Amino acid sequence: MRFATQSGGLWEERNLAQPSSADGYASVPSLLKRNAIQFAEKAAYREKEFGIWQTWSWSETETEIENLALGLINMGVNPGDHIAIIGRNRPYLYWSMVAAQMAGAVPVPLYQDAVADEMAYVLGHCGARFVIVSDQEQVDKVIEVQGELHQFEHMIYLDPRGMRKYDHSHLHEYSHVQEQGHAARDELRPEMERRIAELDYDSKCVMLYTSGTTGKPKGVVLSNRNIIEAAKSSAEFDNLRAGDEVLAYLPMAWVGDFIFSIGQAYWTGFCVNCPESAETLTTDLREIGPSYYFAPPRVFEGLLTQVMIRMEDAGRFKRNMFHYFMNHAKKVGPSILDGKPVGAMDRLKYALGNLTIYGPLKDSLGFGRVRVGYTAGEAIGPEIFEFYRSLGINLKQLYGQTEASVFITVQPDGEVRADTVGVPAPGVELRIAENGEVFYRSPGAFVEYYKNPESTADTKDPEGWVATGDAGFIEETSGHLRIIDRAKDVGQMSDGSMFAPKYVENKLKFFPNVLEAVLFGAGRDKCVAFINIDLTAVGNWAERNNIAYASYQELAGHPQVLDTIQSHVEEVNASVAQDEMLSGCQIHRFLVLHKELDADDGEMTRTRKVRRRIVEEKFDDLIDALYTGKAEQYTETEVTYEDGRKGSIKATLTMRDAKIVPVSTKVAAE
Amino acid sequence: MSAVAEEYITEDGRKIGAVVMEMKNITLKFGGVVAIQDISFDIRQGEIRAIIGPNGAGKSSMLNVISGFYHPQEGEVWYKGARRPTMRPYQVAAQGIARTFQNIALFEGMSVLDNVMTGRLTHMNTNMFQQGLWYGKARAEEIANRQKVEEVIDFLEIQAIRKTPVGRLPYGLKKRVELARALAAEPSILLLDEPMAGMNVEEKEDMSRFILDVNDEFGTTIALIEHDMGVVMDLSDRVVVMDYGKKIGDGTPDEVRNNQDVIDAYLGVAHD
Repeated sequence: MRFATQSGGLWEERNLAQPSSADGYASVPSLLKRNAIQFAEKAAYREKEFGIWQTWSWSETETEIENLALGLINMGVNPGDHIAIIGRNRPYLYWSMVAAQMAGAVPVPLYQDAVADEMAYVLGHCGARFVIVSDQEQVDKVIEVQGELHQFEHMIYLDPRGMRKYDHSHLHEYSHVQEQGHAARDELRPEMERRIAELDYDSKCVMLYTSGTTGKPKGVVLSNRNIIEAAKSSAEFDNLRAGDEVLAYLPMAWVGDFIFSIGQAYWTGFCVNCPESAETLTTDLREIGPSYYFAPPRVFEGLLTQVMIRMEDAGRFKRNMFHYFMNHAKKVGPSILDGKPVGAMDRLKYALGNLTIYGPLKDSLGFGRVRVGYTAGEAIGPEIFEFYRSLGINLKQLYGQTEASVFITVQPDGEVRADTVGVPAPGVELRIAENGEVFYRSPGAFVEYYKNPESTADTKDPEGWVATGDAGFIEETSGHLRIIDRAKDVGQMSDGSMFAPKYVENKLKFFPNVLEAVLFGAGRDKCVAFINIDLTAVGNWAERNNIAYASYQELAGHPQVLDTIQSHVEEVNASVAQDEMLSGCQIHRFLVLHKELDADDGEMTRTRKVRRRIVEEKFDDLIDALYTGKAEQYTETEVTYEDGRKGSIKATLTMRDAKIVPVSTKVAAE
Repeated sequence: MSAVAEEYITEDGRKIGAVVMEMKNITLKFGGVVAIQDISFDIRQGEIRAIIGPNGAGKSSMLNVISGFYHPQEGEVWYKGARRPTMRPYQVAAQGIARTFQNIALFEGMSVLDNVMTGRLTHMNTNMFQQGLWYGKARAEEIANRQKVEEVIDFLEIQAIRKTPVGRLPYGLKKRVELARALAAEPSILLLDEPMAGMNVEEKEDMSRFILDVNDEFGTTIALIEHDMGVVMDLSDRVVVMDYGKKIGDGTPDEVRNNQDVIDAYLGVAHD
């Protein structure tokens, strides 16, 4: 159900009643100034480079950012310009975001692993005149598409490596821009101060493009109010403070990273640590030992799989000890974490386990000091969630989206469960529409979609209620929100029963062998599924059982692998059959895909969510084969390599039937 | 041989300088076997010079002559405008010539970092006892050298394996570590003996990229032996072709490609 859209009168009245700053700070640059005085010599940023953690204090950070901002003004950045920022998490690029704001411009971070064409759309749409990139790889991508970008003027790059031979009429080195800014300091400083003073609580803070599960990405405009209010209330909720440490490793274009590494970091004054490279992440995580940590479920799943594989390889004594104490932790760990009463003997045993197993394990994972840990974005498997909590890691779930400046619901300490996403975050109002779609209203709710009033009006009504696009319900007993699926993915099967693919897919993905699953069945009489195996888990199993394989494709098609997956599917069917509403979603037939679903092929978003419709179109021959009951199907698939070249994979896939569990006497409500 | 002393700029904007090393009428024999027969060629400052030829042509022997491992019976090696006397390999290394090996020669039990540190040996002045005490001068020296090594590690993107023992690395990475060790010596001439042997396409592309970057970034002169013709033709400025110990061609990749002798040597020719 959509609400009638009217002109924005009501919303503006509401705005008038809102505060015009938080404790007198109305923008990120003003928070930077505060921090440079209040936290002067405390660490603001760290980055590991040349094998050593390099540190910048808040006052050094202020100087660096100021020089860059002056340099940008010197180059002709105008207030209101969009400045695109592309690269991996590095202090310099975070400074670019704030420097852009100090020059009156709006930072637009982009996904660094996007291919040139994807970048071209966003760069063209936001009309960036200036682009700040990390290295030659990104420079090349922008140059490749610059012909299509009419407003593009200058590019600033960070790492000069390999850049000497480029035509430098539009290219500038980051450090030179800073030097020029510094040289022109006396002249340009008043202009910069004037531009900072003009920033108020309702001016644009940042524009973030949604990953675009459907269609083109949309530019979400977030104001200083959105970011600072969201950062402030969430920091208070979890008692984040100066002295906390975070590791910034998630894409800079993702709203979560902006809230953690800019919003909360500037509000509380905690330190943002940047890893040396993507490959050194685990070592860096361990060296830093963050106290506040965020990761999507996939990371926690991956780590758990690794731990389990390594424990399988350990000696018998160690293995037995691990299993003995983990069993105990499962029993009492979560209760101890939640501060519930636990017997003295159990506590003693847990303490012993902590000394021998949990402590060292947490330390080697880099979670030794985690005070607040969050996971979000997808459902997390209950076993995985419980594993970390039983170790004494305060892992919680939250539910959010770009349009909300992350926070919609969060789990308070002591009320943590695997199957809910928590209670409304401070300042957030929730409402469930008739069709089950979740709506919210909050100080963090976005301003608009850039240059897209129709979508804005579709998503946000004049009273400020924002549609999440997710279907869910509020549990009466606990007041927690539970999400079922994307509202538009929830459909009906031909007999009218409810079809909620995510619900079933998540159950499948909780098996370590299953990396990804896609369920089909809307408008049909039965459900079928595509499955991606997890190469790490299945590969390890194959090695253990002396099963030789030459490629992903061969392993995915191995009869014994299919047997294992079939048993998983049947277990899921049994569990789905328990649910009255969704028992129609049992999987009748399935196949194991010959390739991993990949963002480069457009099958997933950059945040690794399956693009259902594209998968459905691309593999329509396979879906047909599943429904027509064929035993095998030959297929050819186009794949895109990381450098943008294309190739194709050919395969003959085996289709399997899965056992269906009869639904109990009660018939699903129509 | 007409020594062209003038400098020029290549199509892709690199500066090629004067002749830095010249091999004059080199002949190398092992007993009755003539490995290299009366070969002359030069290497210019800043260029990528390839030596190619079929198996057993004498390419590696030639590289060993340059690095001072073999001493030719006849002929002279001129380096930086002076005739080089007969030298031991470590003396050659001290002159700024570093190399990698066809079959990897790393210390398998040592970490990547320690292996690359050994490349700095020619830059260290303190003795074993001072280094053992690790105090004062020795310590300052190690820190300065470690910094250089870290720059190389950063350059070749091997940070993630910094502390990994070399024995545990896959082949392609070992090759890269060898390159790192050679680079750590900050050579003016870098000799690469089949840097891409046994690699898959992706690894070859990475290695090519690094070789070009080394040449471009540090202006290092590079002499390399390689079998992959595609790689040689793409990378090098000039190519020497050897066959049965003789030089059968010398020139730009295009010239060499169209040289009838070279085509015969590679494709075979009917002997009447």
